[in-house]
Amino acid sequence: MKAILTVHNIASDFVTSFWTPVFVGIFIAIVTYALWPRNQAAFDEAAKMPLREE
Amino acid sequence: MSESSTSKSMTHGEAGLTLVFSISALLCLFAAAKALDMAFAFHAALASAASLWAVFAIVNRYFDRPASLTPQEINGRPNYNLGPIKFSAAMSVIWGIAGFAVGLLIAAQLAWPALNFDLPWTSFGRLRPLHTSAVIFAFGGNVLIATSFYVVQKTCRTRLAGDLAPWFVVIGYNFFILIAGTGYLLGVTQSKEYAEPEWYADLWLTIVWVVYLLVFLVTIIKRKEPHIFVANWFYLAFIVTIAVLHLGNNPALPVSVFGSKSYIAWGGVQDAMFQWWYGHNAVGFFLTAGFLAIMYYFIPKRAERPVYSYRLSIIHFWAIIFLYIWAGPHHLHYTALPDWAQTLGMTFSIMLWMPSWGGMINGLMTLSGAWDKLRTDPVLRMLVVSVAFYGMATFEGPLMSIKVVNSLSHYTDWTIGHVHAGALGWVGFVSFGALYCLVPWLWDRKGLYSLKLVNWHFWIATIGIVLYISAMWVSGILQGLMWRAYTSLGFLEYSFIETVEAMHPFYIIRAAGGALFLIGSLIMAYNLWMTARVGEAEVQLRLALQPAE
Repeated sequence: MKAILTVHNIASDFVTSFWTPVFVGIFIAIVTYALWPRNQAAFDEAAKMPLREE
Repeated sequence: MSESSTSKSMTHGEAGLTLVFSISALLCLFAAAKALDMAFAFHAALASAASLWAVFAIVNRYFDRPASLTPQEINGRPNYNLGPIKFSAAMSVIWGIAGFAVGLLIAAQLAWPALNFDLPWTSFGRLRPLHTSAVIFAFGGNVLIATSFYVVQKTCRTRLAGDLAPWFVVIGYNFFILIAGTGYLLGVTQSKEYAEPEWYADLWLTIVWVVYLLVFLVTIIKRKEPHIFVANWFYLAFIVTIAVLHLGNNPALPVSVFGSKSYIAWGGVQDAMFQWWYGHNAVGFFLTAGFLAIMYYFIPKRAERPVYSYRLSIIHFWAIIFLYIWAGPHHLHYTALPDWAQTLGMTFSIMLWMPSWGGMINGLMTLSGAWDKLRTDPVLRMLVVSVAFYGMATFEGPLMSIKVVNSLSHYTDWTIGHVHAGALGWVGFVSFGALYCLVPWLWDRKGLYSLKLVNWHFWIATIGIVLYISAMWVSGILQGLMWRAYTSLGFLEYSFIETVEAMHPFYIIRAAGGALFLIGSLIMAYNLWMTARVGEAEVQLRLALQPAE
């Protein structure tokens, strides 16, 4: 039982103290990438992909 | 004679699969003989027969094919692999009609219990999972496999990876459906909602799903387009997440390898949490991410407009990935699940409003500059209305996840109404729209057999959905209020049977809505059949009316 509790504590400490900022950081990086002005042209091209094929 | 055949030899895949299926035919026959229960014997015999058929099919295909394998390109253009897609698209229509029909039957059973016929196989308890699995996994799953195989080839400009693998995926998946469905009727279930199939069906699905993932991934890896189109991201998220959910929710220990019964590894509240982590993400990644992929490809294609905002599509995708996975606990409000977990589930559900509506806006605004097409093209109208239903259902869902709202709505018909707003309106309509696009492309027709029939389908099904969801709103809220009504002396005002009686008229209206939805799908089946068989009716007519020269 004690062992399970220890594992649980380590796991939950890890989740709360480490993953939250990492996930938020990754998400912010993705949003920045999506909104970065220099990527606009490439995204405009990508938006037309379904129409370009054949 | 022998010269041409000496240069021809079996590929590793053909030889390997022939061997594997030969062994599996024998093993399954052995398992059928040793079976502890009738259902297991039946399934093992079915698997043995299917393995034998697979051996013959592979060997026959080998003898019929030329010595060289199908080329990847013909005249510099990708040689798209459409066979498995045709199979999957056809199966989706067949399973769809079956699933809607069973849904209608169980809706009628709720209104008129005599329709259970006092037989175990036709009782509500067995037919209900048959209905949900048939519409979600058989109809929806085949639509997703068909469209994903189509979209990934077209947007990567390359032939689908694998020779036998795509066929293995589509036939193997439908064999899983057959085992699952017949199992429910025979009373085989592990009693987990939307994950009812027993351990051996789960194992088979795992194999099929891993092959599906590999076919999809390898096709992306060998793409000729530098960019991976957003629809493929959604499809990939759907495939990967369903794999993880399936493995997480289904670890079970069979009582015997020769019997159908198993016990799940998780116990108590952990089992409940795993179940609804699975259940809600089946909604999020099967019924949402997969069908959003359809939205991002088929709406631009049909409207002949680019995706409204590609940036929004990227943010939409990642926001859904990051948020959806936490929303499951809202299915377990006011249970033994810790309070913090319930609140977490509720919070993430409310946050999902943003990406859901972002995605809906992106889908709808793709019509900018092409709104007039809604008047003339009923297929586009179907796709767009599906997105509107997506917006409606994803507004209602977070609302219902709020604990105080849930205390009224949970366990009532409101939930059923909410699910069907999403299932009939969003998943159903976007699938119908995709099938109406896909069938003429696959069978190389200029257009559908009849757009007029699409129009009929659209309106009949829409009226059906409105009847269905409004009946369930009224009955659900009525039910919830009756359950919590107290007299001035503090006694419950209504007995349970009185609340059941109050539902009766709404159950009839709901069944009527379901009947309309089924009629619409039959019109679609006829239209698609005629499209594949003869092509566009108007063109045919014009040709027939041409004077002889």
